[in-house]
Amino acid sequence: MSSAALNPERPNYLNQEYGIRSWLLTVDHKRIALLYLLSITFFFFIGGFFALLIRLELLTPAGDLVQADTYNKLFTMHGMVMIFFFLIPSIPAVLGNFLVPLMIGAKDLAFPKINLLSWYLYIIGGVMMLHCILTGGVDTGWTFYTPFSTAFSNTRVIEAGLAIFIAGFSSILTGFNFVVTIHRMRAPGMTWTRLPLFIWAHYATSIIQLLGTPVLAATLVLVVLERGLHLGIFDPALGGDPLLFQHLFWFYSHPAVYIMILPSMGVVTEVIACFSRKRIFGYNFIAMSSIAIAVLGFLVWAHHMFVAGISLYSALVFSMLSYLVAVPSAIKVFNWTATMYKGSITFSTPMLYSFGFIGLFTMGGLTGLFLAALGIDVHVTDTYFVVAHFHYIMVGGAVMGYMAGIHFWWPKISGRMYPEAWGRLAALIVFLGFNLTFFPQFVLGYMGMPRRYWQYPPEFQVLNVLSTAGSTILAVGYLLPMIYFLWSMRYGKIADANPWHAAGLEWMTPSPPPTFNFDETPVVTWEAYDYANIPAPEEVPVER
Amino acid sequence: MFENFSMWPARASTTAGNVDALFIFLVALASFMSLAIFIMITVFAVRYRRRPGLEAEQIEGSHALEITWSVVPMFIFLFIFGWGAFIYFQERTPPQGAATVYVVAKQWMWKLQHEEGQREINELHVPVGRDVKMIMTSQDVIHSFYVPAFRIKQDVLPGRYTTAWFHATRPGTYHLFCAEYCGTQHSGMIGQVVVMEPAQYQAWLSGGGATGSMAQNGAAIFQQLGCSTCHRFDTQGRGPNLTGVFGSKVQLEDGRTVVADEEYVRESILSPASKVVSGFKPIMPVFQGIVSEDQLNALVAYVKSLSKPPAGAAATPGMKPQAEMQP
Amino acid sequence: MSDSDSMAGGSLVAEHEHGPELRHHFATVEQQREASTLGMWLFLATEIMFFGGLFCTYLIYRYWYYDEFAAGSRSINIWMGAINTGVLICSSLTVALSVRAAQTGKRKTLIVLLILTLLFGVAFLGIKGVEWYQKFEEHHVPGLNFSAADLIRDYPQLHIDPHHVQLYFSLYFAMTGLHALHMVIGIGVFLFLLYESWKGRYTPAYHTPIEIGGLYWHFVDIVWIYLFPLLYLIDRKPL
Repeated sequence: MSSAALNPERPNYLNQEYGIRSWLLTVDHKRIALLYLLSITFFFFIGGFFALLIRLELLTPAGDLVQADTYNKLFTMHGMVMIFFFLIPSIPAVLGNFLVPLMIGAKDLAFPKINLLSWYLYIIGGVMMLHCILTGGVDTGWTFYTPFSTAFSNTRVIEAGLAIFIAGFSSILTGFNFVVTIHRMRAPGMTWTRLPLFIWAHYATSIIQLLGTPVLAATLVLVVLERGLHLGIFDPALGGDPLLFQHLFWFYSHPAVYIMILPSMGVVTEVIACFSRKRIFGYNFIAMSSIAIAVLGFLVWAHHMFVAGISLYSALVFSMLSYLVAVPSAIKVFNWTATMYKGSITFSTPMLYSFGFIGLFTMGGLTGLFLAALGIDVHVTDTYFVVAHFHYIMVGGAVMGYMAGIHFWWPKISGRMYPEAWGRLAALIVFLGFNLTFFPQFVLGYMGMPRRYWQYPPEFQVLNVLSTAGSTILAVGYLLPMIYFLWSMRYGKIADANPWHAAGLEWMTPSPPPTFNFDETPVVTWEAYDYANIPAPEEVPVER
Repeated sequence: MFENFSMWPARASTTAGNVDALFIFLVALASFMSLAIFIMITVFAVRYRRRPGLEAEQIEGSHALEITWSVVPMFIFLFIFGWGAFIYFQERTPPQGAATVYVVAKQWMWKLQHEEGQREINELHVPVGRDVKMIMTSQDVIHSFYVPAFRIKQDVLPGRYTTAWFHATRPGTYHLFCAEYCGTQHSGMIGQVVVMEPAQYQAWLSGGGATGSMAQNGAAIFQQLGCSTCHRFDTQGRGPNLTGVFGSKVQLEDGRTVVADEEYVRESILSPASKVVSGFKPIMPVFQGIVSEDQLNALVAYVKSLSKPPAGAAATPGMKPQAEMQP
Repeated sequence: MSDSDSMAGGSLVAEHEHGPELRHHFATVEQQREASTLGMWLFLATEIMFFGGLFCTYLIYRYWYYDEFAAGSRSINIWMGAINTGVLICSSLTVALSVRAAQTGKRKTLIVLLILTLLFGVAFLGIKGVEWYQKFEEHHVPGLNFSAADLIRDYPQLHIDPHHVQLYFSLYFAMTGLHALHMVIGIGVFLFLLYESWKGRYTPAYHTPIEIGGLYWHFVDIVWIYLFPLLYLIDRKPL
């Protein structure tokens, strides 16, 4: 363990080289992680801005803020930006890129130049998406259902499809880099069962990225060709089958949701172990459940199509499989809870976000049970019930996990502590704002309010007003970290190598790390989460 | 804002009660599980909060616990699956003898036609206590027929029929929504289902506007388009005799056997070469682009009327008997 | 990133005992080679999924619209397809031999074999270009000038719906087009390998790029081996 060098001018990956070229042509995984951090934050606020406009429109039953076509573009672009340009990259491209080599004791990922290429592909896709937004937008829904998207929409479908196609390659390259790195670049002594569960989670995520994203790519190619050349692959008027599109689309897009949630489960595992000062309960089960989710996740796609016109018997099969995939997630929640038993618990900001994650992911996951029940799904599919369900998982789950991770590893990334009191306050605001925004939507959905509605019958207004109120609170909760993280880069308390006294190789190198991560390649002789041998900090590190 | 505010949808069909029962069970289960987790986390967080002298105990795991909390949830989930599947099976199996309504969805309206011939736009009048089956298709993009009060929803696709059914139990007026995003006025593609007492429904039916039942219209189209030239009602025709065909099993020339349902009749008109009846040549002309959806529905209704009604089916109060075409 | 900073002793391979091809985030040449090879196999797995989506679409529609697909298949030039198959198989042979040449340090042989591979690749593309042009002249290019009239006339025994035939040709062009794009990329890769070989960069100790370039080429060949029977040989028996 290197001694805590509190001199911020010690050479590290941030001050090693200066200048825009050194950043734009870097192959250092840590710098690339920061490039991603900036870009996905930018897209998060774009997607969030669209969300605010949607909620503002829905304050009143009439369509009186924007026109119907505009509204349709807003929800489409909110979905596309948030899913493809924020959620899918978020944890893997920021925290994964930064931490995977550090956690396994490597100097970098297996293919540093391909890592940089993946960022550039993301940027190219992102610029295309921005151009699409600024020159008229797209209104097909993020799901691109045919024949509306290929033969009826009058918006920039091809450009949006190509932007996502390109961003998809970014995702594939990230996944591919992680799998090779984890297989081949572990430090001596770092066996598979000594790996942090964050690594297992990213391994499972990467398998999905590798195998699922290409199918979306093929599907988007066919959609673009169909729209551009008036072919009839998915258009019944020209001999095609619209349901085939849905099968191909959901074959990727269902596993995609596991790309979005598995990494944050990895984060939460690390945080809970650290702030309970305990080895994680059921290591093998959590590791295997990540793999199980990745595999089973490929088998359930048609649960998005129960009322689409598929046969009754295939619906039965997909419903049963959807229940099976819920089991590994349940296992994780129980294991996290059991980890807290007889621990020594600190309520740091990352831990608060993790509590929020467990609670909200549990609720979101339980509502998945409702949707997997065929008889219920007929009533609630395509309504706000589904919208609430996936926002509980994606925002209440994945984004909370992302925030937990950013806070937890911020000292390592920046060499500074964020202000703890503000961190806890923001976590609380996010939790309250989130529930007020999305819980009413479960009720709205069961009442029958369909999704993607610009105007609605007046009896739905009260719940919509509650939801909009919540969204403004949620927005404040997200703005606060922007402000205090920036503040901390200049004024935050300087962090030593391991301010949380956490287990893991990343904490055994200075904060921020040197460019090649470790002065000496570590040799691992201890088990993961070796908290028995790591003394707790004297006091809870709190920045007032 | 507060008029008509409620937190539970009206329950107006036989299905609604079944769906609500499962839903309430799931709400109870989910609340219980959520509370259990919340309470455990809170209790652990407080009881095991960091204080001087309190060391964490390193616990590896417990196979017994892991098995328990994997297997028990799995059985609960399978139970829920079974219950949900049972309801779904009922939802997707229209009862025999249901009255049929033909629905054509288009951007951005619902066109409905009763068998007796009444046409409606964005409204559907039905009598309480009667099985009603909808045969639906779209003229353009995918829509979805959704009546929350009945708890039914079915996507409506271009190029084929999809089916839904309900049995209304309470008179009243209920929302009809389009539930699959279909473009600019998706949220404007709404209407209502008006459930009436049988006597009132009878009165509404005779209120008129109908120009003959759908089957009668279909018979007329059958003549106009020249179908009767080949589909004669004797054995001399170049095409099969259509009496009694609907609902029966048909042997095709490639060896397959199919059931002659609405989709089969529709496909036979639009793309006859797809399924050629055994013993006949594939010489039927293609009518794709020549018949409209409304005409197709009328022809389907007509072919249906050529099959004997199921033995013992009583005439329903308020519904006119099916048209009979004399062969 | 020079290696003169921050590397103090430890378990690192001594700085100058390896060739310049060892990247400094790897500890040994073996590790780098294994990583590169695993990387190429994973990349090929993603390519299988990519083509797989198209193959899946193709198989479904072929099952539904067999007659139209059979008619379309009869209309494409089986001889050009067969010759192209032979061309690609020969090119895979030259690729395999070039890996062997690199392994045994025969630089001149390696260069000759790479050039032959490139010639085969270009020949494949040339023949494909001629084939496509023929389709263009026959009005079988969807989106440009498509007409199924000649097929309906030529095959009265088959039930031909023009939309479904267009579907066959859409998939034909999508699949062979994507394959041809991969061939073009492969040719680019092999031009690079040729250049590096000419400069003497590959030795028995280090020739990983030839091996993984070869893997890629073989994969593109195998995709064609599936495309050929699926597209060209649907139903060639006399009607």
